[in-house]
Amino acid sequence: MRRFWGFVVKEFFHIFRDYRTLLILFGMPAVQLMLFGYVITNEIKDARIAILDPSKDVVTRKISDKILSSGYFLLDRNLNNGAEIEEVFRQGNVKLVLIYEPEFAKKLEKYGSAKIQIIGDASDPNTANILVNYANGIINNFLVSMNTGKISRQIVPEVRMMYNGELKGVYMFVPGLMAMLLMLISALMTSLSITREKEMGTMELLLASPLKPWQIIIGKVFPYVFLAFIDACIILVLGNTVFGVPVQGSVLLLLAESLLFISMALSLGILISSITDSQQVAMMISLVALMLPTILLSGFIFPVENMPWILQILCYLMPPKYFISIIKSIMLQGNGMAYVWHQTLILIAFTGIFLTVSVKKFKIRLA
Amino acid sequence: MRTILYIIQKEFLQVFRNKMMLPIIFVVPIVQLIILVNAATFEMKHIRLSIVDLDLSGVSRKLVSKFQGSPFYQIRHRSFSYHDAENEMKKGNIDMIVQIPAGFERKLMKENHAKVQYVINAINGQTAGLMNAYSTMILFDYNRELVLENPDPAQLAGVRNIQMDYSYWYNPKLNYKTYMVPGILVLLVTIIGLLLSGMNIVREKEIGTIEQINVTPINKIQFIAGKLTPFWIIALFELAFGLMVGKLLFNIPMEGNLWLIFISAAVYLFVILSFGLLISTITNTQQQSMLVSFFFMVVFILMSGLFTSIESMPQWAQTLDRLNPLMYFIRIMRMVLLKGSTFADIRSLFGSLVVYALFIVSLAIFRYRKVA
Repeated sequence: MRRFWGFVVKEFFHIFRDYRTLLILFGMPAVQLMLFGYVITNEIKDARIAILDPSKDVVTRKISDKILSSGYFLLDRNLNNGAEIEEVFRQGNVKLVLIYEPEFAKKLEKYGSAKIQIIGDASDPNTANILVNYANGIINNFLVSMNTGKISRQIVPEVRMMYNGELKGVYMFVPGLMAMLLMLISALMTSLSITREKEMGTMELLLASPLKPWQIIIGKVFPYVFLAFIDACIILVLGNTVFGVPVQGSVLLLLAESLLFISMALSLGILISSITDSQQVAMMISLVALMLPTILLSGFIFPVENMPWILQILCYLMPPKYFISIIKSIMLQGNGMAYVWHQTLILIAFTGIFLTVSVKKFKIRLA
Repeated sequence: MRTILYIIQKEFLQVFRNKMMLPIIFVVPIVQLIILVNAATFEMKHIRLSIVDLDLSGVSRKLVSKFQGSPFYQIRHRSFSYHDAENEMKKGNIDMIVQIPAGFERKLMKENHAKVQYVINAINGQTAGLMNAYSTMILFDYNRELVLENPDPAQLAGVRNIQMDYSYWYNPKLNYKTYMVPGILVLLVTIIGLLLSGMNIVREKEIGTIEQINVTPINKIQFIAGKLTPFWIIALFELAFGLMVGKLLFNIPMEGNLWLIFISAAVYLFVILSFGLLISTITNTQQQSMLVSFFFMVVFILMSGLFTSIESMPQWAQTLDRLNPLMYFIRIMRMVLLKGSTFADIRSLFGSLVVYALFIVSLAIFRYRKVA
């Protein structure tokens, strides 16, 4: 046992003497959380708009005012003719063009109806769709206020946004960020640190020492459990204090689940290092094959339910998906074990499988 | 010149001899392109719905059938208890609850005004916004129908109407994939380029072979140029390959001039690879270099406008974003490919990239020291 602790201490020295890595390991969650919290928003505001208004009368001016004062749109320029539309779109700043019919107010007075054309730059389809919807809503409201007392029967929606009333992006990102960073530190860093010993030739020394293979592996991963756990706490505390992301459920359960996920990621890291000998390959596998799916196939940014069924199956093979849904469930919805037991079981199963395979693959002799 | 060629030859040999690197460089990104483009979608097709209809009247049933008929919704659960429905949401089985209160129809007929309750799982703010927009649209349509169904001439007189007519240019079907392909291609080329170059010199340091290069008569500029060129060729080739796959599989439009794409890509990759080499010169182990690259990459990607729009970031972040090479190239790719922008349209973006490239490559050359 003393040998084992000696080995763990060596690993800690390795890590703590490399101040650059440490700085990044602890700085990264903070910086990324700030980015997500302050910079990355899903909501769209200040979209640039161009207006083609040949009639320039009271009504069109009123509508334009309503649109520009909504906070969603910013006037980029006024157009003089239809040929300019293509030009402004190609230059890339303007996202929406609003075209009034000539003699708008006059027609509205005389025939009770006038036309507005809204053109969205749908090279970004999502933004275009949302902006058109916004403009539509604003004009509709204007219409309603113009017709007060005259409009007939209508059903109005009463909308309640559950768990995240202000539709903050951070709520989404805190669980995702935890999964991503824990995966990065646990899987990537361990696989690199083991292959590094192989590459430098010091693995030979370790294998020839009286330490048992499992002690070597446990000793290697132990410091990373520690680091990953601290990072998880940093994210939780920052998310809570700076951005007000609540922890509705049990903190203890949350930390226990994080530990489970860390062990899963570590066993994956051990598995990766047992199939490759060079750091470069280990890194490429971890980064290309693990990180991107962690970001994109786990429900971190894009909801799993919208994907084609083949991808949904693939998503079910991604351990982070379960972890993210566990965290969301505990943190934001305040659920207990009763709601997350099956995801927890799946994570345990993943850990078991990865460990078994890597034990099978682990060689005490180098080629 | 001959010295540079030797270095280039050495680098190519090193890359191509590693059996695992080749598939990682060429196959994995393409597989990822296919997977990620399909995965990265905000299109909500199957909003899982729970209906709590406490009225069970003609109007409420018709409203429910509107949801049923829409391709965006799937009714997964019906109940007469709101509590039940909320429990389903907690379990993660449904995304939205539509609750129609008792006495809904009577109220509508009598007071001309009734409320429906939408309860939306808003953990993902973006999709919650979309769900809200779709559901409100359904009510809009239904309201219009209600008016048409029992026209009350006395009411209709004097009502003014503004007809709105939408068109979506460049992508009338609002196909999200054509928007994502160019962006994700940039992402993949960047990751491969930055990692390969970022690990390169530091690897020679770690193994100790940098000493052997340091004692050769090769000078700094030749060394950096020789290190840069192979990855530059690999990345450009990969971009071409990716564009081909994008065209064949996703049928992305190529409105603009492809030469414009490749010339910009050449400059852009220069920036990324020099950036990688710079990281490589200031770190000592591959692990460090990887972490530093990863850190910058995540920041660059998140601020690049790939997934979220740049305009909605705060002003200081937009100013800071001028230092983000990805932002320039993703915009160029999208503008040229999707909208057919010409050089005149992208010249300021392109100019920024050129300045960036010159700056960062000189920094990398300056930082590289021929001493161990």
